[in-house]
Amino acid sequence: MWEHSFRDKSAERRLFRSRALTLAIFIFLMLCILAWRMAYLQINLYEKYKDLSENNRIQLRPIAPNRGLIYDRNGILLAENIPSYSLTLVPERVRDMEQTIAFLDQLIGISERDREQFEKRQGFRRRPFEPVVLRHQLSEDDIAKVMVNRFYLPGVDVEAQLVRHYPQGETFAHVLGYVGRINQQEQATLDTDPETKRRYSATQFIGKLGVERRYEQDLHGEVGYQKVETNARGRVIQIIERKDPVPGQDITLHLDSRLQKLAQKEMKGMRGALVAIEVATGGIVSLYSNPSFNPNLFVTGISHKDYSELRDNPDLPLFDRAIRGQYPPASTLKPFVGLAALNSGITSWNEAIDDPGWYQLENDERLYRDWKRIGHGKVNLERAIVESCDTYFYDVAVRAGIDNISPFLAQFGFGRNMTLDISNALPGLLPDREWKRAKRKSFWYAGDTVNLGIGQGFMLVTPMQLATATAVLANRGTWQVPRLILAHNDIEDEIPHGDIADIQLKNPQDWEQMYHAMEQVINGTHGTARRLRSKLRYPIAGKTGTAQVVGIKQDEEYDSESLRERWRDHALFIAFAPVENPEIAIAVVIENGESAGRTAGPIAQSIINEYLGGAEG
Amino acid sequence: MANTDFSRTMGGHHQHGFDRSRAWFERMHIDLILFLLILLLAGCGLLILYSGSGQDMTMVKRQGLHFLIGFIVLIVTAQFPPRFYQTVAPWAFAIGVIALIGVLVMGVGAKGAQRWLELPGLPRFQPSELVKLALPLTVAWYMSTRPVPPRLFDLFKAMIIIGLPTILILKQPDLGTSILISASGILVLFFAGMSWALILSMIGIVAACAPLMWFFVMREYQKQRVLTFLNPESDPLGSGWNIIQSKTAIGSGGIDGKGFLQGTQSQLEFLPESHTDFIIAVLAEELGLIGVLALLTLYFLIIMRCLYLSSRCETLFGRLLSGSLAVTFFIYVFVNIGMVSGILPVVGVPLPLVSYGGTSVVSLLTAFGLIMSMYTHRQN
Repeated sequence: MWEHSFRDKSAERRLFRSRALTLAIFIFLMLCILAWRMAYLQINLYEKYKDLSENNRIQLRPIAPNRGLIYDRNGILLAENIPSYSLTLVPERVRDMEQTIAFLDQLIGISERDREQFEKRQGFRRRPFEPVVLRHQLSEDDIAKVMVNRFYLPGVDVEAQLVRHYPQGETFAHVLGYVGRINQQEQATLDTDPETKRRYSATQFIGKLGVERRYEQDLHGEVGYQKVETNARGRVIQIIERKDPVPGQDITLHLDSRLQKLAQKEMKGMRGALVAIEVATGGIVSLYSNPSFNPNLFVTGISHKDYSELRDNPDLPLFDRAIRGQYPPASTLKPFVGLAALNSGITSWNEAIDDPGWYQLENDERLYRDWKRIGHGKVNLERAIVESCDTYFYDVAVRAGIDNISPFLAQFGFGRNMTLDISNALPGLLPDREWKRAKRKSFWYAGDTVNLGIGQGFMLVTPMQLATATAVLANRGTWQVPRLILAHNDIEDEIPHGDIADIQLKNPQDWEQMYHAMEQVINGTHGTARRLRSKLRYPIAGKTGTAQVVGIKQDEEYDSESLRERWRDHALFIAFAPVENPEIAIAVVIENGESAGRTAGPIAQSIINEYLGGAEG
Repeated sequence: MANTDFSRTMGGHHQHGFDRSRAWFERMHIDLILFLLILLLAGCGLLILYSGSGQDMTMVKRQGLHFLIGFIVLIVTAQFPPRFYQTVAPWAFAIGVIALIGVLVMGVGAKGAQRWLELPGLPRFQPSELVKLALPLTVAWYMSTRPVPPRLFDLFKAMIIIGLPTILILKQPDLGTSILISASGILVLFFAGMSWALILSMIGIVAACAPLMWFFVMREYQKQRVLTFLNPESDPLGSGWNIIQSKTAIGSGGIDGKGFLQGTQSQLEFLPESHTDFIIAVLAEELGLIGVLALLTLYFLIIMRCLYLSSRCETLFGRLLSGSLAVTFFIYVFVNIGMVSGILPVVGVPLPLVSYGGTSVVSLLTAFGLIMSMYTHRQN
């Protein structure tokens, strides 16, 4: 009706045209804004976005170097790298995460722990389409199952990587240590230095303990890189540039697998440790602590169950007794105290005392008893060593005095970790006046010296220290710093002597005399280790020791049977052979082994036989 | 009546082609210039799609089919006279609104939004697509029955017509479409001569309502998009990823581009949705600023041609409708390129006739068919 009545058609048209023109101008301006915006991005910010798109396209992918291998002195492999397969997920490509994981669980089993770790890893900073590990250590069977079902599992893949493997298992666990995944704390430490951050940019594993940790620098190698063009999914389209990683150095240790295995076999069922040192070089040929554990469990992450089993085992398989077990040296200290007494000039080989079976200090009621109640009668130094006469050593120790004995013992490495490359070894304890004042807030009493004379009281040694001291003794006071390392990449290490002074006796003949006395410990009719004689193949010098167990608290949870067992004395034995020209020095500690002649001695003897036999044959 | 000169001036009366002196396209109610411009744009669109889809020929062929259907619909649409559309407009609108209510009651959801309607015997469809055309049609019809310039009360009633589907679509929720649909309606009012004072106060009201929208209307994901728009680097791997990658694609194209099919951002899949919403970034990366300006020019020419045609329409209804459709088309272009180049928040709006998608192609070409119908059907 409006159209036919009073509409002003030309006015309507004019109004429309003016509105259309207004909008046309507006649209032109708005399109100019778009054009300006595009020009701004493409001209002004061109360089920035060109770099960004290059960075998108080009990825610098670090390549992990292969970790150096570890050999024993005979070239037997102690640590190698073997391929291991991991299951990875690309979260961006997984349609239904819950369902996918549930399906994988049904296929190959995904533990609760795997899931937790996966959640955690997803939270870490990563590029989109970067795979995240869900499960490690897939078996051939697992891989096959995943591959067959690949169609139903978008975003799921299997990745190969090299992981550490210890073919000798438990035999070398304590000494080699193991590698494990770099944890967040270690990562933070690595990241503080740009150089280590770069070096470890592709590395997943790091030495956690033992040789693996001590020689981490050498074993690790140099990271390589690959400049690749990738798509947004991280798939490599082409390799633009590549710098190969430099594998870590192979290292050869002085350790001898034959001895190490023998030590393991001989100590089966016992708790204890054995350290054997090549006298001429200081090379540690055997370093064993029993019981041991399987280091392979730790490499890709030990399960909670396996770990609690190890941790809660009352025999403490994770405890490295050889370098961290601290025991009273007991009578094994006597040869060293004897030399201290001789060197201080208060006695000589000919001088004898009368042993009634006890010793008494002047102005003191207390009787210090000999292990032999009725006494040894007339005893000189040699006899005191052979029969392990306590009274004799009470006497010479008191006469020589703590101020002579303690510094003399220190020359043998007691009270310090004297090894070249075992960084976590404990120092033991060599007491003196100063120590007692500082730590016990008390004076040094003559009674303390009496105890020290027979290696009891405050003094503590590790099997490592005992073996070191024995090697120095066998080397007539000349130091060869104990070491594990023999060669890097088959080139023998030349290790400077260092600042350790050799031991100069006032009368060098005393060395030979002491050897003779210690030989009589085995060969003499009254020698405390005379039962070794029957199997003697090489002339051995040795000394037994029986340490009282005082450290265990009564309330620890042992059943009465084992409690009684654990209150028995520790058996210690040090030895070197052959006597005239010593090649190997050894220390054995068997916890609660009671008689050193029966337990520790035979073990040392069989190691010596094997070592010297092997050298001949 | 035998006088051919006379019959030529009477033009519109002879609808059935016995007048041999008129060109075929005039007889088919096609505006040749607009048709060729659209054809050119479609051709460019297919080329860019070939690159943006990762050289997926099946996708290009399917889009070609969409165009074929679209052009058929365009031609068919152009054949009906404006009077026909005036008659069907309110009915189409009513059906559209009922369908929108149907979506809210029984719609099919995707990604937390209900946009699809599935009725037995009918293909699954999106009622908002129908409303995209029905709303400007209806508002144009209504305003053409009112005096010009419109009275306040008529404008108020027109706002109700616009508001009803807008709110329904907002409920789905689909913020982008509801804004575009309401814009197409408001544009009709603008062309009808709504006073500038009213326009400015409406802009004022919208600005004042923005905070209310933020707190009461917008969903969490929409707010997230806006926040990401303001600072894409705040979430570089999540919602910011798209915009960072598209800006990188555009910027790294430079003036002359990396070359057709040579764009690393698009070909290496760093650019998301490179065949749909973000396809302009593919063009910008591979053909550079030159390519972008060429495309903008093409769009500009199409819009200008449409505005020219609309101002030449005989009926007020035709002018209002085609003017509104032309500017709505521009809004699509502006919103899409604005969002891909990072000056507008990311809302899911395709680039007209370039982004892959059948619904969008067919409904846009239908709109062009309407514009041609409005212009070519002349009355006494």
